[in-house]
Amino acid sequence: MPWVDIALVVLILSCLRLLGGSRLVACISTVALQGVLLGFVPLALHGVTVFSGVALAALTVAVKALLLPWFLRRAIREASILREVQPIVSLNLSLLFGLGALAFSGWAAARLPLPPGAPSLGAPTALFMVLVGLFLVVARSKALTQVIGFLVVENGIFLFGALFAHDTPWLVEIAVLLDVLVGVFVMGIALFHINRAFDSIDSRRLHELHDLVLDAPSANEGTP
Amino acid sequence: MDAPSALTPLIALCVAPLLLGVINRTKALFAGRTGPPILQPYRDLVKLARKGAVYSHTTSWVFRAGPIVTLAATGLALLFVPLGGVPAALSFDGDVVLVIYLLGLGRFFTVLAALDTGSSFEGMGASREVQFAALAEPGLLLGLLVIALQTGELSLSGMMAGLAADGGSWIALVFVALLLILLAETARIPVDDPATHLELTMIHEVMVLDHGGPDLAFVELGAALKMWLLGALVTGVALPVPGGPPALHLASGVMGMFGLAVLVGVIESTMARLALVRVPQLLVGAAVLNGVAFFLVMR
Amino acid sequence: MIMALVLTPAIAAALALVLPGGARRVLFPLTAAVHAALTTFACLSTPAAAFGGWLGLDDLGTLFLAVTSGIFLAVSVYAAGYLEREVPGPRSDALGSGVFSNARDAIFVACMLAFLSMMTLVTLSQHFAVLWAAIEGTTLASAPLIYFHRHRRSLEATWKYLLICSVGIAIALLGTFFLAVAGQLGASGEQVMDLTSLLEAAPGLNTPWLKGAFLLMLVGYGTKMGLAPMHTWLPDAHSEAPSAVSAILSGALLNCAFLGILRARQILEAAGEAAFSGHLLVVFGLLSMVLAAFLILGQPDFKRLLAYSSVEHMGILAVGVGLGGAAAAGSMLHLVNHSLVKAMLFLVAGNTLAVYRTRTIREVRGVMVRTPVTGALWIVGLFAVVGSPPFGTFLSELLVLRGALHTGGVLVSVLFLGALAVAFVGLSGAVLRMVQGLPPGGYVGMREPEPWLSTMPPLALAALALLLGLWIPGPLRHIVVQAARAVGGGGF
Repeated sequence: MPWVDIALVVLILSCLRLLGGSRLVACISTVALQGVLLGFVPLALHGVTVFSGVALAALTVAVKALLLPWFLRRAIREASILREVQPIVSLNLSLLFGLGALAFSGWAAARLPLPPGAPSLGAPTALFMVLVGLFLVVARSKALTQVIGFLVVENGIFLFGALFAHDTPWLVEIAVLLDVLVGVFVMGIALFHINRAFDSIDSRRLHELHDLVLDAPSANEGTP
Repeated sequence: MDAPSALTPLIALCVAPLLLGVINRTKALFAGRTGPPILQPYRDLVKLARKGAVYSHTTSWVFRAGPIVTLAATGLALLFVPLGGVPAALSFDGDVVLVIYLLGLGRFFTVLAALDTGSSFEGMGASREVQFAALAEPGLLLGLLVIALQTGELSLSGMMAGLAADGGSWIALVFVALLLILLAETARIPVDDPATHLELTMIHEVMVLDHGGPDLAFVELGAALKMWLLGALVTGVALPVPGGPPALHLASGVMGMFGLAVLVGVIESTMARLALVRVPQLLVGAAVLNGVAFFLVMR
Repeated sequence: MIMALVLTPAIAAALALVLPGGARRVLFPLTAAVHAALTTFACLSTPAAAFGGWLGLDDLGTLFLAVTSGIFLAVSVYAAGYLEREVPGPRSDALGSGVFSNARDAIFVACMLAFLSMMTLVTLSQHFAVLWAAIEGTTLASAPLIYFHRHRRSLEATWKYLLICSVGIAIALLGTFFLAVAGQLGASGEQVMDLTSLLEAAPGLNTPWLKGAFLLMLVGYGTKMGLAPMHTWLPDAHSEAPSAVSAILSGALLNCAFLGILRARQILEAAGEAAFSGHLLVVFGLLSMVLAAFLILGQPDFKRLLAYSSVEHMGILAVGVGLGGAAAAGSMLHLVNHSLVKAMLFLVAGNTLAVYRTRTIREVRGVMVRTPVTGALWIVGLFAVVGSPPFGTFLSELLVLRGALHTGGVLVSVLFLGALAVAFVGLSGAVLRMVQGLPPGGYVGMREPEPWLSTMPPLALAALALLLGLWIPGPLRHIVVQAARAVGGGGF
């Protein structure tokens, strides 16, 4: 199944793009691309014959590639923020972390026996996407980028489910999609409130509640 | 060493400046101009060779030796590079490392000659060049390592021949990565603008600013040969090797080089130059692409 | 019956959005009472499974459902009084965040009832996907509750809660998928995600996938439960939310997240991997206990103090189940006791916050003089939460300690006791300092009125905690032992 393998490689590359990309709108477009590929992969794997499969693919593309990126772009416009990623870990280091995470995912997936009929690149790609998403949540300071990280984690888990847990009832996949949708909407509302309360969505400002102060508070409070 | 292999360095010497001409012509066509004739680089080389050179009192033998050593090293490295599936004139296991080192030697002497002038512009260009080379060389090595892993060969000729029978998505990744490294090493947009006349924006050109006459001819020929060398690697990865007589292989190799020159011209015309702080990111990105290819090959 | 348990609060939540204020404040405890009655009825009889076996009430679920329902009933009575007293308009924040106002009461009541509905669904789910969806539902239902007081700190707490818990629950979903693959590669060759089929097929499940599944579900649901090092959202969320919400979060929600981990433990137990899962549980539990104990020392804010105490007690729960045997039964008993005690403490903290208008321990003095009932309850709560006799927590912690000494080894026992001791020092120092002495400004002889809606629920909870220390009723003992047996423990 060369198409599925190519799609998985493009997913890996898209995650690296997210790690190294500095423009917010480009990051959102990359996540939309991931959504399209995620709708395509189950179809390529299980064939176009089953109606529920096609419906699920269409729903996935609608939610992950159209609805959520539109919502995130609207959030950028409403918050009228600087449209650049503000990394806590520099972009070059993030790329190198990505390579490390890829190697780790390959190693971890090699220790799990492969179910029949599943692409061998599937488990490493899914694990890699989850790790990249976690990294984006931790190592980026804009709250919007943290939401993108959460989306990438969910994409990785969706990929894993689509590739491996394909016998689970249709309802489960719908539930996962619904969860992402509602989750991101609720986060978007929270983002709106954050922007109103703090005049920025820099999560480094969300630092009043803490017990272990690991570093001195930043003296640079003026940047958005 | 048979006849076609012996021909490859000669073809390189003769045709390499033509690549520059093709690139310039492509850029001119994109800009709506007619542009210089394709054979213009040859005329430039001949003109420079006939001129005399002026040497500053502050320079030493290093300044005179720089262009000569660079040209010699690049020419020597060309002996090991295959073209279009025809094995190189010389090859042995591990000649990959020798080629990389020869290129490094050439760069080292260029940088030394630039520092020898004592001018700050050349020093600035030298530091930029070395910084980018420090990022590009590991990427290049990683890409060649991936090819070596996949084909099981350790000589450049063997690697390119082994690639002929291969497919897979990793080849596309290595191709893009090597193309980015080629753009960086030969000082093309988006890394460096060869047509700029502002010293503060130059990287490579400013290092050779003070050379004139035959020295400049050596420098330009050396640059063309370096582009040929890296281009041979890129086309070797990208293009399948046709069956048939070796003459056909050589011809297809040369055609591939011209195609690559047109591609470089197109890239230069359609992209803007990157801000200097972004170039390390581009190079790390190329290395990471090679890393992903490495991961794919290792599985 | 099962569906009624889930749907009653859900319908009431929808109603709460449209009813006027007074009716809404009555609807809230009324629904809780109806839910408690349904729960009692369901626990005494055995209700039929619903949705083709996806929802059902087993022994483990019974215990959790009873605890959730009981705590919610007490808190709802308190919250009815709280809503009546709260000023809806803008007012200044005592901790310096400027002026803030509350969200609408309707949102409070609706979200609380939806929260109850989702928690009930967690206890009733017999299918891992339903479990996951229900726990995610609790996150989304409780986020607006944490943001009830609309100021910057609560927004920060809500954001952390949303993000960290959503990511954690996503990781648990990955673990759920791992379970499905374990089934596919196992002896039966099918992918199943419901509890009964998995328990049947357990011995034949593929081991690497199974272990990976447990690890992911432990980390994922452990994030929601508050196990270290994923607990970072807990102190913020529990301290910024209104006290009634904190009581439910600590007293019921953390338990429901623990239920997720216990379900995974059930599978591993049946598959013969009890040692692997036990070790992991003990490690995370001890880490939580030790970390929480040290963060309790010198904690300036009394609600954060209680939140860290919750982290510690969740650690005790994990250690108990990890050790197995009688310690597991102790853990289940501790679940009940801790919920009662912690809910009471948060309600009492809410009373103190309402009177003193500050959460800083140093600024609170002489609670006993100013509000005697609340002061007495603080003392009672202190003794209960550190696990001293005659309260129920003493018995349950003793059972877990015995298990640690028998099967855990020296290091486990030393760390367990050490963490308990450090927490004792921290908690008692803070609480005794608050309760004794004279109120600041010399309010000698001036007592604040304590509305009975604010004092009755904590009194009832304290009485229950005391009762359980002296005598464990037969049905409760039976449920606890059955629940412990389900996760690989024994009786006591």
